[in-house]
Amino acid sequence: MDFQDYKGVWVFIEQKDGVVASVSLELLGAGRKLADKRGVELAGILIGENVKHLTNTVFEFGADTMYVYDQPIFKHYRTETYMKALLECADKHKPEIILFGATSTGKDLASAVATDLPTGLTADTTELDVEEETGLLLASRPAFGGNIMATILCKKYRPQMATVRAKVMKALTPQSGRTGKMVEETISLKEEDIRTKVLEIVKETVKNVRIDEADIIVAGGKGLGSFEGFQLIHQLAETLGGAVGASRDVVEAGWIDHAHQVGQTGVTVTPKIYFAIGISGAIQHIVGMKNSGLIIAINKDKEAPIFQTCHYGIVGDAFEIVPILIEQFKMALTRDKVNK
Amino acid sequence: MLHIVACIKQVPDTKIIKMNPKTNTMDRRTAPAILNPYDAHAVEEAVRLKNRYGGIVSVVTMGPPPAVTAIKKCIEIGADEGYLITDRRFAGADTLATSYAVTKAIEKIAKTKPVDLIICGKMSIDGDTGQVGPGIARRLDIPPLTSVNKVVEINQNEGYAIVHRKLEDGYEVVRSTMPCLFSVEKTINEVPYSPLPNMIKAARYNPHIWSVDDLEEVDVKQLGLKGSPTIVSKVWAPQKPAGGTFFEGNPTSQVEQLLSVLLQKKELFETKEGV
Repeated sequence: MDFQDYKGVWVFIEQKDGVVASVSLELLGAGRKLADKRGVELAGILIGENVKHLTNTVFEFGADTMYVYDQPIFKHYRTETYMKALLECADKHKPEIILFGATSTGKDLASAVATDLPTGLTADTTELDVEEETGLLLASRPAFGGNIMATILCKKYRPQMATVRAKVMKALTPQSGRTGKMVEETISLKEEDIRTKVLEIVKETVKNVRIDEADIIVAGGKGLGSFEGFQLIHQLAETLGGAVGASRDVVEAGWIDHAHQVGQTGVTVTPKIYFAIGISGAIQHIVGMKNSGLIIAINKDKEAPIFQTCHYGIVGDAFEIVPILIEQFKMALTRDKVNK
Repeated sequence: MLHIVACIKQVPDTKIIKMNPKTNTMDRRTAPAILNPYDAHAVEEAVRLKNRYGGIVSVVTMGPPPAVTAIKKCIEIGADEGYLITDRRFAGADTLATSYAVTKAIEKIAKTKPVDLIICGKMSIDGDTGQVGPGIARRLDIPPLTSVNKVVEINQNEGYAIVHRKLEDGYEVVRSTMPCLFSVEKTINEVPYSPLPNMIKAARYNPHIWSVDDLEEVDVKQLGLKGSPTIVSKVWAPQKPAGGTFFEGNPTSQVEQLLSVLLQKKELFETKEGV
């Protein structure tokens, strides 16, 4: 394998219903830095039906080139069709790095593509860097359930691949009018040769569960003792107009659905305010919430690791503190309304 | 008769695991080895499908000899046969090398009885990647269906399966030809306590144990550390932040201090109606 043949950084542009996934925009920001450091192009690869118009967005967020597969066969995401397009494109243009969002689609696609290439794939990366000289991708991720961080390298194969967590990288401020080179690609795939069919897509609007989009999150942990105790979290969240988050223990105890889980095996969140109540602060949890604007921890144990990540801490019994907090907040809010 | 193969892994219970603060390494002795919780759901689903349609469930795992315990756990859940592939040459495998080794085992199992369906858990709690399942599907050239949270129908005569795949904002109904591979969400089922006869059967059960030499047409260069394109170059403890400001005093006073801080940062509440 001659590494000289492999040039450029690619970002798989995930889209749905004609909207680019925010993680893809974040990856363009991260990819831009890697490409600049290497002095190579940053390209987006977009696959779908009626998606060509998204190229401008991708250029505005930092890409130099766009490879676009816009064909009816790509109407729905299917591993088989998307994988074939990506494999063909990578084989033709030979990128040195390909990044995917660590979404269910991104992970599914990346795993299949990496097996066929074959090459190394690092999952759920939270930090990315590249060696300027060698082009070696330094992909770092929490390992062993998040207790440590590990940097993973792929020295002997190209391209190097990684899936990257949403919300851990920053998108660039879009430059209006910035353009690039669009390369339209086509692939000859017959529908009858594809072994999976999407029969139906069912949207479910789940109230208050998109914690990745919430500005205020009130999260509770095992310290609340029981399902009944955990209701305190719901009360505070309601008072503040925030969403409810939870640690893994709480989800496993069945006090709340997995969709509320913050952390390594749950959701990464970046609210303006994050309340961690009765959460000791295992690193798995920390990696999922550490980029929150303001972190407030309430815990009985002064030594709890959460206090090292928070901005403000209260050592005390949640059952004593939180009701006062709710009451005081309600008063403050009323006062505020009256003043207005 | 359906033949379903469930792929499983024995993992350290990462919830209980302790770190050695001096060396920043994991103290594995502190962590009991358990059946990967996601895989318990995979085996449970395989057993439910067996009960619905008739058939047999085989489980396969790669790991050190003590991994037979995880296989026995699957027999308790209701699996019929268990296969452990164990060999020092498997050690150090990343997801690419793991999917290669497990695929070789499945190919051998399939020689005695063709495999209709493979079921994996969504991911392992120690590796956290979710890459092995799709990797196995690609190597066997069968469709991978990840994020499955309901099996609607298995039609062996016509050779297709219909499942629900979980999406970020709902789910999709997908039909796939069989054989295919599902990797399943935890929400697909609940794993009940095992009935006593299964526990007795599991206690007496001896899994099939294969080394590399028992597998067929294996390229040893693709196994273990040698066959793993990814390598861990550096391991470090996550940076410890400086820590926050504590509010002192009685609970009421602490809350008042917090409130005054929050109210000074009104911009934090800007988008919230009524605040």
